[in-house]
Amino acid sequence: MATNAYIPHAPGYVDNDGPKIVSQRFVHEDSYTIERYEATGGYDGLRAALNRTPSAVHDEVRNATVLGRGGAGFPAGVKWGFMPPGKFPYYLVVNGDESEPGTYKDRLLMERDPHQLIEGCLITCYALGLAQCFLYVRGEMALAQERIAQALNDAYARNYVGRNILGSDFSVDITLTWGAGAYIVGEETALIESLEGNRGMPRLKPPYFPAAIGLYGQPTIVNNVETLSNLPWLVLNGADAYKAYGSETSPGTRMVAVSGHVNRPGVYEIEQGVTTFRDLFYGDNFGQGIRNGHELKMFIPGGGSSPWFFPEHLDLPLEAKPVGEAGSMLGSGAIVVMDETTDAVRAALRVVRFFARESCGKCTPCREGTTWEERILQRILDGEGRPSDIDMLLDIADNISPGPYPVAADPSQGLDAVPFPPKQTTICPLGPSSVAPIVSTIRRFRHEYEAKITRRDTIPVSVEPVTGSSDHHEVSA
Amino acid sequence: MTTEFFSNDNLHLAHEIVSRYPVKKSALIPLLHLAQEQHGWVCDDAMRQIADLTGTTPAEVRGTGTFYEMFKFHPVGKYVVNVCTNISCQLLGGEELLAHAEQTLGVKAGGTTADGLFTLEDVECIAACTEAPCLQVNYRYRLKVTDDDFDTLIADLRAGRTAEIPEHGTLAAVRQHIPADAMAGIVPPEQATEMPVWLSRNNQDAGGQG
Repeated sequence: MATNAYIPHAPGYVDNDGPKIVSQRFVHEDSYTIERYEATGGYDGLRAALNRTPSAVHDEVRNATVLGRGGAGFPAGVKWGFMPPGKFPYYLVVNGDESEPGTYKDRLLMERDPHQLIEGCLITCYALGLAQCFLYVRGEMALAQERIAQALNDAYARNYVGRNILGSDFSVDITLTWGAGAYIVGEETALIESLEGNRGMPRLKPPYFPAAIGLYGQPTIVNNVETLSNLPWLVLNGADAYKAYGSETSPGTRMVAVSGHVNRPGVYEIEQGVTTFRDLFYGDNFGQGIRNGHELKMFIPGGGSSPWFFPEHLDLPLEAKPVGEAGSMLGSGAIVVMDETTDAVRAALRVVRFFARESCGKCTPCREGTTWEERILQRILDGEGRPSDIDMLLDIADNISPGPYPVAADPSQGLDAVPFPPKQTTICPLGPSSVAPIVSTIRRFRHEYEAKITRRDTIPVSVEPVTGSSDHHEVSA
Repeated sequence: MTTEFFSNDNLHLAHEIVSRYPVKKSALIPLLHLAQEQHGWVCDDAMRQIADLTGTTPAEVRGTGTFYEMFKFHPVGKYVVNVCTNISCQLLGGEELLAHAEQTLGVKAGGTTADGLFTLEDVECIAACTEAPCLQVNYRYRLKVTDDDFDTLIADLRAGRTAEIPEHGTLAAVRQHIPADAMAGIVPPEQATEMPVWLSRNNQDAGGQG
């Protein structure tokens, strides 16, 4: 029975009503132990897979249309199909380098249910004939690393991982490996570079998928933690049961983090394509309204890389197509809510600064462009902006991402939406992502920029405490 | 002649870590973490020995290591305090918390206190966005942190009342260990070109295996 409340042992996660796939065990305080995992159906998905042919397991995943949960939303079963036949060995790299601003669900999945992730890895290795799995966990996530290390040690001891798994002809090793602080390593070719012991810089495309040339030049599947965590349930219950949740084009559930100015920020497992942003911000099952009776000003629908949305987008479901047509993306399931006390320029600067700091420096438009974007926004915020700065920001943005940049419509100005995705002059999407907050806020809140530039106005960002979470400390103003 | 950096125990661990990768160089980042765990930061001797262990040069080790902000190439505090100011934390006072931290510790972000106890950092999103503002001390979380909470935390760290927080450098207190008799076998890619045996199941009639 769902309590519709926070769970003390999983800070941020809300045990609300609704279907649960990946977070089904979170209510148990000891959900990360092998004992609890085995007692709640753990490794039954692996057993079910071993009773079928590898290609039948692959078909099940393809039929279920499991969309990647890392950001791009590419179907895992299709990605798996890009492996060139016969070019052994194949590798699996698990992307646990979650660092997109506003995002956290992979961390909870790794901390709270590491065996579910391991079982998902095993099912993938079995289905595709992979030689080894590398579980790459973000360096800053010490607890996740400890939980996964313990889980792997226990799983090896009970013959779920390693040689002749459960007495079968299936054998595979899983190596836990660590990041060391670099957002860009979440890009899959940069992740492979890092795993090879190099600076984590994205590789030139094509090939677009490491399935062609990946780790050590071999075919490699890179999947996100949440994507893989779905597989044990999927194999056990079947594609039809999986597709009974969510919408036709976005089946299943996904984890989203709602942060910022809502009464009850939280990590929620939701039905894809069904739940709307309004549900998430105002529903009793979710965010329970904008804090302290304030009004919604804007929100980031899919992590720091996504163009921003506004109150008229509240009734969109969390589904890739309508969100893309409206000018943004669902990305990594990170939704940041901002009320009317928020200074649009200051908020945009903070997101841009993130990209400027995290640019790997390989592509000139990104390395130089993000740095200049940050400097110009900073001087505008500091009351030292120049009249030409807005145009200069847009010009720099156009160098990184030429042509119309994805942005929400503005009915009051008669401006249409520009659909996702952006064009890019760079190898990876990091540079173009830095443009999102700039274009989003200039189109909608140009008057805030102009006020700072011409009148040196400053609109302070409120630090009012969030209500409705009285079991935690509040921020003093 | 290489100066030995790793202790005997850590050298044993280092060899075990290297054995978990098909290509030695893949152990480079894990070994930099191990060096930092032993010494608090990455010194030249550590990079020389890591180069030996991974079949690379000290320049390559430095080249890789300096890309990643968790690796420190100079002494840092016993406790590295990372305050998040990214968007979700900013909206709920992360930048104000950082300003308070700078005042309490008497150093700017990036600085280390004169007694060598604390290094303060202004960091990007650390994935606890609903618990804003948040921080990490040596990568252990503190959530919904007020100014008073911060001062209490610093006092506790000074007084040694925080047993669950190891000194800077130690990441996971639990390590992976693969028993030799349970290992499927990790070999270089050029020695793993055969089709995995279980894939031959695809050529048999569907069903009836396992």
